[in-house]
Amino acid sequence: MSWPAFQFDVALDLFPMLAGLLAAVGCGLLGNFLVLRRISLMGDAISHSVLPGLVIAFLIATSRSPLAMFVGAAVAGIATVVLVELVKKLGRVEPGAAMGVVFSVLFALGVLLIESAAVRHVDLDADCVLHGQLETLFWTTPVQSWDEVFQLRTWTGYVIDPAVVNPETGEVVRSAIYHQGVPRQVVTLAVMVLAAFAFVGLLFKELRIAAFDPALATTLGFNASALHYALMVFVAAATVASFEAVGSILVIAMLICPAATARLMTDRLLAQIAWSLAFAIAASIGGYVAATAIPSMWGKEPVNAAGSMTVAAGVLLTLAIVVSPKHGLVVRAIRRRRLAASVALDDLLAALFRFAEQGEPKVPRARLAQLVPGIRLDRALGLARKRDLVTLDDGLVALTPTGLDTGGAIIRRHRLWETYLVEQAGVSPDHVHETAERLEHLPPQPDLPADTDPHGKAIPPGV
Amino acid sequence: MIDAGPSLVETLTFRAGFNTSLVVAGTTLLGLAAGVVGVFAMLRKRALMADALSHATLPGIAAAFLAASWLGAEGRSMPVLLAGAVFTGVLGVLAIQAILRYTRLHEDAAIGIVLSVFFGVGVVGLSYIQANRADGSAGIDAFIYGQAASMQPSDVRLMAGIAIFGVLATALLLKEFTLVAFNDAFARVTGWPVSLIDLLMMALVVLVTVAGIQAVGLILVVALLIIPSVAARFWTERIWLLVLLAGVFGAASGYLGAVISSMLPRKPAGAVIVLTAGGVFALSLIAAPARGVIAASFRRLGLRLRIASDHLLEAAFERGDHLLSRAAVDDLATVRGWSTPFRVLLLFRLRLAGFVAGSTKAGVSVSPAGLARGQRVSRNHALWEQYLISDADIAPSHVDWSVDQVEHVLSDELIARLEARLAERGISVPAPAGHSS
Amino acid sequence: MPELSPTAARRPTNLAERPEHSPDSPLSVHAMTVAYHRKPVLWDVDYDAPPNRLIAIVGPNGAGKSTLIKGCLGLVPRSSGQVEFWGRPHGEARSRLGYVPQRESVDWDFPVSALDVVCMGRYRRIGWCRPVSRKHKRASLDALDRVGMADLAKRQISQLSGGQQQRVFLARALAQEAELYFMDEPFAGVDAATERAIVDVLRDLRAAGRTVIAVHHDLQTVPEYFDDVILLNMRVVASGPVAEVFTQENLHQTYGGRLTLLAEAAEAVARAASGERAP
Repeated sequence: MSWPAFQFDVALDLFPMLAGLLAAVGCGLLGNFLVLRRISLMGDAISHSVLPGLVIAFLIATSRSPLAMFVGAAVAGIATVVLVELVKKLGRVEPGAAMGVVFSVLFALGVLLIESAAVRHVDLDADCVLHGQLETLFWTTPVQSWDEVFQLRTWTGYVIDPAVVNPETGEVVRSAIYHQGVPRQVVTLAVMVLAAFAFVGLLFKELRIAAFDPALATTLGFNASALHYALMVFVAAATVASFEAVGSILVIAMLICPAATARLMTDRLLAQIAWSLAFAIAASIGGYVAATAIPSMWGKEPVNAAGSMTVAAGVLLTLAIVVSPKHGLVVRAIRRRRLAASVALDDLLAALFRFAEQGEPKVPRARLAQLVPGIRLDRALGLARKRDLVTLDDGLVALTPTGLDTGGAIIRRHRLWETYLVEQAGVSPDHVHETAERLEHLPPQPDLPADTDPHGKAIPPGV
Repeated sequence: MIDAGPSLVETLTFRAGFNTSLVVAGTTLLGLAAGVVGVFAMLRKRALMADALSHATLPGIAAAFLAASWLGAEGRSMPVLLAGAVFTGVLGVLAIQAILRYTRLHEDAAIGIVLSVFFGVGVVGLSYIQANRADGSAGIDAFIYGQAASMQPSDVRLMAGIAIFGVLATALLLKEFTLVAFNDAFARVTGWPVSLIDLLMMALVVLVTVAGIQAVGLILVVALLIIPSVAARFWTERIWLLVLLAGVFGAASGYLGAVISSMLPRKPAGAVIVLTAGGVFALSLIAAPARGVIAASFRRLGLRLRIASDHLLEAAFERGDHLLSRAAVDDLATVRGWSTPFRVLLLFRLRLAGFVAGSTKAGVSVSPAGLARGQRVSRNHALWEQYLISDADIAPSHVDWSVDQVEHVLSDELIARLEARLAERGISVPAPAGHSS
Repeated sequence: MPELSPTAARRPTNLAERPEHSPDSPLSVHAMTVAYHRKPVLWDVDYDAPPNRLIAIVGPNGAGKSTLIKGCLGLVPRSSGQVEFWGRPHGEARSRLGYVPQRESVDWDFPVSALDVVCMGRYRRIGWCRPVSRKHKRASLDALDRVGMADLAKRQISQLSGGQQQRVFLARALAQEAELYFMDEPFAGVDAATERAIVDVLRDLRAAGRTVIAVHHDLQTVPEYFDDVILLNMRVVASGPVAEVFTQENLHQTYGGRLTLLAEAAEAVARAASGERAP
């Protein structure tokens, strides 16, 4: 095993990476609204069912003209949405099943069309639909250095090739203009991303309301269903712009994963969009590099880059599930631990206060262990001493003056709760202690003009 | 193999050579099992869960291939590959449940995530095998779209075995599956192990999916699970018939699809099978007598006709004349929005029911039976109107509108109760005056 | 991880408080707390059901009435507390319990007939993998007959009216031949004929020595239909014979706004338990 190796080669890597990045960003942006509206699988359905639209457009236009492809995809996308709605309504079919029926039949139709087209040697391939052909997006213009990258002619592609002379005959074989600058797919993707940003930017307010509450959006005068169809058209466009380069599987992954990951990071829509874009960028670049770098550790050939980007998106999501600062499993576990510690601390202080009330300011540790279970007592004692609330002297625990105040406040809350539960909630007095035991650690506090609790004990004054 | 060209009839009747016949028999059985098992995936609303599951089999196939050849065994051994498929398929389902349990994401996102990420892992695995192994992917990428024609007799036998097992298991557990799919809380209260039954249901889906991926491909196998049962739902309201029909539709799709595709140059069996199933679905959606679109629109037309004829008879009764003039009918048609063809149908229905004796240029001549019916409608109208004003606090000016919606659908029992209710309050609605009948 | 139910921190000494339940009480609930998403919905419920009575659970929306039934039957996880039936744990009493879920809890566009649904009440008796025999079909038909629906046995359930659907559920519970019935809003949205039929069935059940615990919404009919009442608002405010417990004052306490602090505390418990900081 060796170190992962990745050598960035402008000619070979720039466009595949850029294509993956653009596809990820465009799909990631739109995906936010799919995930929020709980229609992520509509993205899945559309990215399957644009296939027949594309193939038909291709067969009619007999070329991969972007315009024909877009029209084909948009029509197929809208047809999917309409058909799903129709099947749902006319057939009283559950939405998931309706979607499954529509997209699988359309996809099958697309596959069949491709297979029959393939017989006539038309350049379409069912496999590339799924995982794309990122690797074929290299720069056919011979770019040797970064300098050339920054020259306009390299990008426009109109590099005039010096005449190639046949060395034997001296005949000019080719005096060609390389017509390959930026690959068509990358241009298409860039246009798609710009359009998606324009769409979201212009209609942000409307999209937000529609995602939150479609009924409200309609009463406010936005046409939620028109917006829905517009979103679906953009998803279809993103699919078709992406699929040639990165394949439909990356489209589905990028429609759902970055937005879902972002959902775990924040509760605000704008922040969520920003996070999702960051995740989309990270997944696409990271995935692309990993596709080469990780197999190189064992001296193996690179793997499929689109697949690798998908995996990267999945890895990011898994990481977010575990370590997200807001909703991650780790943070939640830590907070629960902290809460447990503070509950134990409260229990300890309350116990000491009760002892103090009965004229026993110094309590042997062993007696406290009966009231606060072992491990929790250790933590609670440690915390209390660190915060200077108790002193531990020769196995005897005593409250400091601050500790006495804190303990008094806890007991006050406890006894106020008991009073409230008995007087207002009708709980019998011999029963309230346990409930109050839980509530005393929490912020709400009954406001009662009482001096003694139901057991006749004094309620310490508030601070 | 079969390019020598057996005719369609030969293929249909299993006389097109051993291999083709075997494949056709295999896909037929597969379709049967998928249809039967799919009924409960649909009823339990897990259609798309099955989709995620089938996509999640790809990494298992790639991993099983790598693991087997690393251990020196034959990588393309079908049981090994299918075992890998089962493993990651189940892992995918578990991943969906884990996402739902531990995060705030909803089911749609969880399914989409698992579907795409697992499939992405599979794609990476396949490309690794392709790029790094001398024997290439050795045809295991055929699992994505399926390749029925290249199946070996042993593969077909395995597929058929799984399919038969799936059908038998569903038949045995029909009662339990129905109970859990309809009302799982009740099942739990009465002591059924609901999670176990759910698990069995899902296990059958996994088995059928895995059995089908070689023939139909893992992207489209879910179609074979969903479409037959959704199509069968249009024909029946009986669970056993639903299961039976879904099985028949699935088997027919598998059979016809395999036969037709064997005639096509590249034999895309999966796509053709799914399209055949799609055809069955479309036919069911449109033409099924129980829930089909045509049947439903006929029922709606019937109701509209009934209401329209009530309106016409009511108008005739209230005018107190058995001859409803042409101008009056025109007025009604304008107010009620009857088109000319609808008027023709309406008159036809009225004559058929004996409510109209004949229609001339002068107008429509209503029969005594028609006038009697008009009187009943008119009285119902008055009753309901009275009730709305007296009991439901609806302003008299608004009453007529709601009466129009309701008066035609009142049952005799309800009318009797209406009369009793109004009588209790001292309101009596006399039979409206009009043409005596 | 600390259990954040209000009773989880009981010290050993407090367990001694637990009263002895009489074994002939069909249902004994002790200190049951149920939380959804860690938010307590039922708080420290103690209840002993008297045998052979018709018992109504009454309380405002969100009071946890359905949850009480579901918690007893183990359909929602209990955070703490015990439930016993005739002094025995749930597992040993299962065959003696009948259940009528809320009508809205199932998809009525399901391809089964009324008789099929009622037969589900017999499935446990029939056992794994065995078809429904004629004997059980007859028993199910009898149950349908008792709710006045014998002539609709073959009707598909989506073609039944709301009241008829409710009666099918009731018939299914009857087919269970249980001794203690839990009914979740049996009277919700039914027509007059169904209401009468249900009341008749309830009285028949009482006459046969059974016990019924039903969530009920219509306060006016409580004294007419039921013997006992449980007034519930997150906790049992009062319970006992209708004549004693169903008083203006108790009702005011159940429905009045004096328990808002308890609801607020429940929110705080939920927030603390999910690891979010209190605001």
